[in-house]
Amino acid sequence: MSDLAIDVRGLTRRFGAFVAVDDLSFSVKQGEIFGFLGANGAGKSTTIRMLCGLLKPTSGTAMVGGVDVSRDPEGVKRRIGYMSQKFSLYELLTVDQNIRFFGGIYGLSSDRLESRRKFVLEMAGLQGRETTLTRDLPGGWRQRLALGCAILHEPKIVFLDEPTGGVDPLSRRRFWDLIGELSRQGVTVLVTTHYLDEAEHCHRIAIIQAGKMAALGTTTELKQVFSTRPIIEIQASQPVQAMAILDRQPSVEKTSLFGTAVHAVLRDRDTDPKALSSMLSADGIEVTSIGAVAPSLEDVFLDVVERTGAAS
Amino acid sequence: MRKALAVASKELRQILRDRRSLMILLFVPAFFLLLYGYALNFDIRNVKLAVQDQDRSTKSRELVSSFVNSGYFTLVGYVDSPAELDRMVDEARVRAIIAIPSGFERDLAVRKPVTVQVIIDGDNANTASTVVGYARLLIGEFNAVQMQAFMARPGASPVPLIGVEPRIWYNPQLRSTLFLVPGLIAFISMITAVVSTALSVVREKERGTMEQVRMAPLSPLPFIIGKTLPYLVISFVSAILVILSAMVLFALPMRGSWPLLLGAIALFLVGAQAQGLLISTIADTQQVAFQVALLSSLLPTMILSGFIFPISSMPIVVQWITHIVPARYFLVALRAVVLKGADITAFWQDMVALAIFATVAMGLASLRLRREWA
Repeated sequence: MSDLAIDVRGLTRRFGAFVAVDDLSFSVKQGEIFGFLGANGAGKSTTIRMLCGLLKPTSGTAMVGGVDVSRDPEGVKRRIGYMSQKFSLYELLTVDQNIRFFGGIYGLSSDRLESRRKFVLEMAGLQGRETTLTRDLPGGWRQRLALGCAILHEPKIVFLDEPTGGVDPLSRRRFWDLIGELSRQGVTVLVTTHYLDEAEHCHRIAIIQAGKMAALGTTTELKQVFSTRPIIEIQASQPVQAMAILDRQPSVEKTSLFGTAVHAVLRDRDTDPKALSSMLSADGIEVTSIGAVAPSLEDVFLDVVERTGAAS
Repeated sequence: MRKALAVASKELRQILRDRRSLMILLFVPAFFLLLYGYALNFDIRNVKLAVQDQDRSTKSRELVSSFVNSGYFTLVGYVDSPAELDRMVDEARVRAIIAIPSGFERDLAVRKPVTVQVIIDGDNANTASTVVGYARLLIGEFNAVQMQAFMARPGASPVPLIGVEPRIWYNPQLRSTLFLVPGLIAFISMITAVVSTALSVVREKERGTMEQVRMAPLSPLPFIIGKTLPYLVISFVSAILVILSAMVLFALPMRGSWPLLLGAIALFLVGAQAQGLLISTIADTQQVAFQVALLSSLLPTMILSGFIFPISSMPIVVQWITHIVPARYFLVALRAVVLKGADITAFWQDMVALAIFATVAMGLASLRLRREWA
């Protein structure tokens, strides 16, 4: 067996005439944290469901942990852990009862369940809360418990489908620490997320657009698309008017709003931000700051989505 | 099997935590029995009676008092004019009228046939025919008494008096309650069993826990077994509570063997729960599951099981349909054990039918889940 944990070739899934996942190919190395980015309905969840053996691919192959998902979905299920955005735990059960239930349906022996139970309680920081009803746990704790239940059977591959939805930033940080820990132990993690700042934690990222692979690489590689197109951040008194004015400039490829700031992508490295600034001032817009910034993943994401969206 | 137990113990803990639902599952059925048992009664008492007595003799008063003393009729009053009679019936102040012609006593004395008119308000055909039955019976008895008195006279020719002695088995007072309560037990147990299991799987779909469970290497059968076991125990307890209440409240007898009765209940409940599970695997929301569960258990159990309407008097096509209503078989078994004290030889086919229904429904639910999970 190679060191590839996941190997996907031409994976396609149709629902009637609608192509949810269109000829997707990628591979994930063992111990890698692989991020799956895409707008809602881009095909992320459908892909994950196929990789987990829940949904049969229309065509293409996917090997997960060395097992073909179309041929042996049950074998895949034994090798993977899965946790979804809804943290699907039983709210009326206690922390301990949830752990025991999932241990039970994964067929853990009682000795192994006992040691794994201790591990999960410790990992999630839930010692002393064993008898708390899950419904009474704060979101971040529930999320960690859900992760714990998903890895009770020590899978080598873990799928996380938008695991951090509705959780406070501190808990999100702690959760990503846990994911990093898993990765260091050699566990492969495939994670989908809406939070682009979180995606920075991933070793590699795939951006999915309308079921197709729109971009794939490390964050540094992805940011290369801006190597010849500097990004200027402008803080101005009337950002919306500023955007309209900038969009009319031949040197500006496009603009987008980042909070109260405007990001302008320039067509080349020769344009001087100072010139843009004085032009804005001439139109009565007060510029408080202007300067080149390093591209963020959000810039990359918007760029990729716009370009592939325009192409299709 | 270990996995099935894990599912079962999880399910049981969930149910136990949800005290309110548990109480509903356990005690509401017995409460329904109380409520419907008293309401559902085909016996007719205190029929309002008016008398048009044109004879005003001792004999005519004897006849009237035999009606009143029977307990079935309450005398509202005497009337004279036909117009007044009409009005009383129209205003529903009376349901029945006896019209005794003049010369009643005189004709009786000479053994000349007399006709007593009994008028009954027929707006409810069921009630009317029952009242006709009562009236016939009472007049027949009165006749017999007159005959006897006549025979006792000295010098009367010894004509043998032929008495008709009606004898009705199992339910000598013809109490419709005894006939209806077993049906009610089946009805209530069926609905609770189907609805509770139908909701249990859909709830997991709605909350997203189903998705999580599906990710585990767990096949549908242990899942279904684990889901059914706790509800089986609960609905079993509930069914026994219903039967015990029926014995206390409605003097339902227990003439047969308890093990046989419990066996029939268990088979019936497993089938009902399988039906609930099947609904659960098809429906996507608790609301839909609830409605389908209610409709598919309530109407067939009430109308097509022989609970109220005898199957033998249904059109042949409808009779065929009744074969897929499990309550039909359960009712035969229940009535046989409880009312007749029959042993298994009397209703083994019905037990087999219940077992077949349970197996087929379980199999379908399992297949359906396998398809959905695959």
